[in-house]
Amino acid sequence: MTDTTGRRWHDMGGLDAGPLDPAEHDFALWEKRVDALMVLASAKGLFTVDGLRRALEDMGEEAFESMSYYERWIASVNQNLLEAGVYSIEELGARMEDISKRGTTYSEAANG
Amino acid sequence: MPHDHTDHLSPSGHPFRPDNDAPLTYWQVMEIAIRELLIVKGITTAADIAAQIDAMDARSPADGAKVVARAWTDPAFKARLLANGSAASREMGFDIGSLRLIVVENTPHIHNVIVCTLCSCYPRNLLGLPPDWYKTRAYRSRVVREPRKVLAEFGLVLPDSIRIRVHDSTADMRYIVLPARPAGTEELSEADLADLVTRDAMIGTGLPKAAA
Repeated sequence: MTDTTGRRWHDMGGLDAGPLDPAEHDFALWEKRVDALMVLASAKGLFTVDGLRRALEDMGEEAFESMSYYERWIASVNQNLLEAGVYSIEELGARMEDISKRGTTYSEAANG
Repeated sequence: MPHDHTDHLSPSGHPFRPDNDAPLTYWQVMEIAIRELLIVKGITTAADIAAQIDAMDARSPADGAKVVARAWTDPAFKARLLANGSAASREMGFDIGSLRLIVVENTPHIHNVIVCTLCSCYPRNLLGLPPDWYKTRAYRSRVVREPRKVLAEFGLVLPDSIRIRVHDSTADMRYIVLPARPAGTEELSEADLADLVTRDAMIGTGLPKAAA
């Protein structure tokens, strides 16, 4: 989002928005793992919280509306790890293809 | 399969519920792949990841509640907590990391509320992971402009004589609310007092429970 104020989409304090939805959910195992990967990769110096946020903000408003919180986080973690040279996009693609063949649920694909 | 923005949507176009038994999503596959790559490359181990999740699961609003109850019963501790939230929390054995933790005190005239308008910064070291609503557009956008109305949507209606202060967090600087000690709790132990302190009381969207 670009407007004459120079405000980016994530800078939403004070804007109009709808009613609060107080619903909460327990975090799924895969979401907790995303959080843990962020903390561990940061502790290893592979990227910082600023790097995480930069990729999240660059994803734009559409991602904020269409992806869940930890979906955006894993996309940002991936972007940062690719930039850090931890693995290549080819390595990631090949592994994701293998994982997709393991089953149709998370536990099957994750082997637990 | 090439990625596009509909992979994680159901045939009806809605996101899948985040249950553990939902069909495998593109982003879950990515999480598994990244985790396995980090392990294969020796950057982390499955045990480290499990330990990190255990540490995160062990954190809950009960940690923040212990800090609040200590502040209610020990004036010297309260003074140290308001002067330096990180150091005082560490005194009680809580790992605050490198964050600057700022404790804001409710008084008969001031009610404090915390938010992160830019993202989802939260005092997770004392409260655990933030509730879903804390990360929503509705909360982030509106609580800084019409806090009284937002608090009413949480069921908290404050008299006009109480001023509301909203504190906007950043990645490196987190706020937590020190609620006022409920009336009629003079005889309660520190542990019993901690049981009255809810998560929302420390966010500012609620008040402590009344004494039983």
